[in-house]
Amino acid sequence: MDTTPEPFESVIAGPQGSGVAPSDGPPLLSLRGISKSFGAVQAMRHVDLDVPAGQVTAIIGDNGAGKSTLIKTISGIWAQSSGHILWKGQEVHIHTPRDASDLGIATVYQDLSLCDNLDIVQNMYLGRETTKKGLLNEIEMEIATRKTLSDLSVSTVKSVRQLVGSLSGGQRQAVAVARAVMRESELVILDEPTAALGVSQTAQVLELIHTLKSHGLAVIVISHNLSDVFAVADRIAVMYLGTLVHEGPISQYDTASAVELITTGRSSRVPNTVATSV
Amino acid sequence: MSSDLTTEPLSEPSLSEVGLQGVSPFQQLKNLWKGDSGLIPIIIGLVVLVVYFQSRSSEFDSAQNLTNLAVQSSIFMLLGMAEIWLLLLGEIDLSVGVTCGLSGLVSTILTDPQYHWSWFIAMPLGVLTAMGVSGFYAFFVIKLRLPSFIVTLAGFLAVQGLLIYFVDKQGTGGSVSVQEAVLYDLVGGQFTVLATWLTIFISVGLLALMLIRGNERRIKHGLVAQPRSIMLAKIIGLVLVGLAMVWVFNSNRSNFLVLEGMPFAIPIDLAILALGTFILTKTRAGRYIYAIGGNAEAARRSGIAVNRYRLLAFLMTGFTVGVAGQIYTSRLGGISDSIDSTLTLYAVAAAVIGGTSLYGGRGKMIHAVIGGIVIATIYNGMALLSMASATQYIVTAGVLLAAVTIDQLARRGSTVLR
Repeated sequence: MDTTPEPFESVIAGPQGSGVAPSDGPPLLSLRGISKSFGAVQAMRHVDLDVPAGQVTAIIGDNGAGKSTLIKTISGIWAQSSGHILWKGQEVHIHTPRDASDLGIATVYQDLSLCDNLDIVQNMYLGRETTKKGLLNEIEMEIATRKTLSDLSVSTVKSVRQLVGSLSGGQRQAVAVARAVMRESELVILDEPTAALGVSQTAQVLELIHTLKSHGLAVIVISHNLSDVFAVADRIAVMYLGTLVHEGPISQYDTASAVELITTGRSSRVPNTVATSV
Repeated sequence: MSSDLTTEPLSEPSLSEVGLQGVSPFQQLKNLWKGDSGLIPIIIGLVVLVVYFQSRSSEFDSAQNLTNLAVQSSIFMLLGMAEIWLLLLGEIDLSVGVTCGLSGLVSTILTDPQYHWSWFIAMPLGVLTAMGVSGFYAFFVIKLRLPSFIVTLAGFLAVQGLLIYFVDKQGTGGSVSVQEAVLYDLVGGQFTVLATWLTIFISVGLLALMLIRGNERRIKHGLVAQPRSIMLAKIIGLVLVGLAMVWVFNSNRSNFLVLEGMPFAIPIDLAILALGTFILTKTRAGRYIYAIGGNAEAARRSGIAVNRYRLLAFLMTGFTVGVAGQIYTSRLGGISDSIDSTLTLYAVAAAVIGGTSLYGGRGKMIHAVIGGIVIATIYNGMALLSMASATQYIVTAGVLLAAVTIDQLARRGSTVLR
């Protein structure tokens, strides 16, 4: 009854593993005119955003600017009130977290995504366990978990059977990211991945984001920390009071102009401000 | 704080580096002591209790008394296992004692001469009654999001009321006695000596085989596994327990005629233990129940139909309470309208003494078995020594508190699940 382990190919999906952004064809994810209201409160107004594969898109903005509202829309926590979501050029409807993960969108929430009482393997496969004859196939899951962690160059965990509750902040983030990319994900959304982490742990997480990108995945990073953003992002999208006020390649910005955009919604230092429908 | 992190650039580790840093045998022993299966402190406590009672009363280790003890612990074990399904979710059922009584009452009344239903309809109906009660709670707890503590407290009162109503309606003076042989024989009847041997031999053999095979497969795939020496120690322990059971159950325990063999209640306990452990450790449903108890929001975001598995846990509680009800009735030979109100508390205590957490996400079926034996041992030993029930309560309280304290202290710094 014993089976030899199947040779695992790279468990990280994503196109062609090249770090080069595809220059033609539609972007992986496009948002067109997305708005979201909660009753009378309009939390997000007419957001247009393109997220290309193989690049890191940072969404920055002050508290309450609508960053979380935006990613929760993409990851299926709630549906948008109006507007369209295009996935590889096709319109899609994302109503539940399951819809998003079926498309290949994985979201790593700040601290809500792991069960402390389960070990790393159990967390990695939560909700998608591998089974054999209807029973959990622990061995296959454990081997694949080790493979994924090693693909992502995560080398600091002692054992994949360690309880997640006993891991450090950086390790937890690594597990959460590894879990997100394990299943055919093409877009990984990271919500404040470096908040509450120390210096060396932050460096590890940024390294991890580079690894994801080099595997050809699209990455969206929400962050307050501009130095992290400039260290890791290829594109920046700035949100201000529920609208997306500016978007472009990272080279257009410097810290001063980014801060200006975040706090006032406009900046004289950067060209071609995105037209908004306010 | 960051000492556990390598600061050197992240080089490609070979596969063997991830998750394979060897765990020394000493560490293994420590994990055994501390780990989630950390049953060793409580087993030592149990041994101390047994030695004490044996030194004070030579009757304690007689086959008759030990068989009696096994049956006494049955109720605590089963109700404790019932409770664990909910404790894993961070919920609780304060009515298992009376619901167990109601379940037994249904089976008893339906099989008495008045209705004369066949036992194989009446007993499942008794079990279904308990499942119905749990399903009713599940509606309030899951759909209406009320705290289970309050819902089952109300349930306790209501079921107690039902119990009194139905018992009184029989007009047999405050209690209804079992008239059905099969129901009576759950505790009163037993396997033959040969069947006892076979049952225990096969159970121990299967369990040992599963342990060894699982471990060997882990070794074969290069995963962290237990050293063979520890496996061997476990197997020997298992065989010793099996032999002890054979010795106890197969000795003649009557002074007048021959009374030997394992009471039917024991294999029922073991079957419920096996079923619960199987679901919790080998199936997705079990994994999800742990996940929900640990972090319900994370479970939901992982796409788990959280409410479905909560309902499953409630129904498993009901099922186990129902089975306990059959054995409880059988043992008492009937059901009276006043169920011992401490029964529910003992059920929770059995689970907690074994090591199950009240906060959800941590616990195993075996915990209730060990905890049930500890409670029954105190109960039984104290009775043999003719100690006052005042002493019994206080000693049980001490053991409960000590078990939780030791568990809490041992668990600090525990990291490894297996």
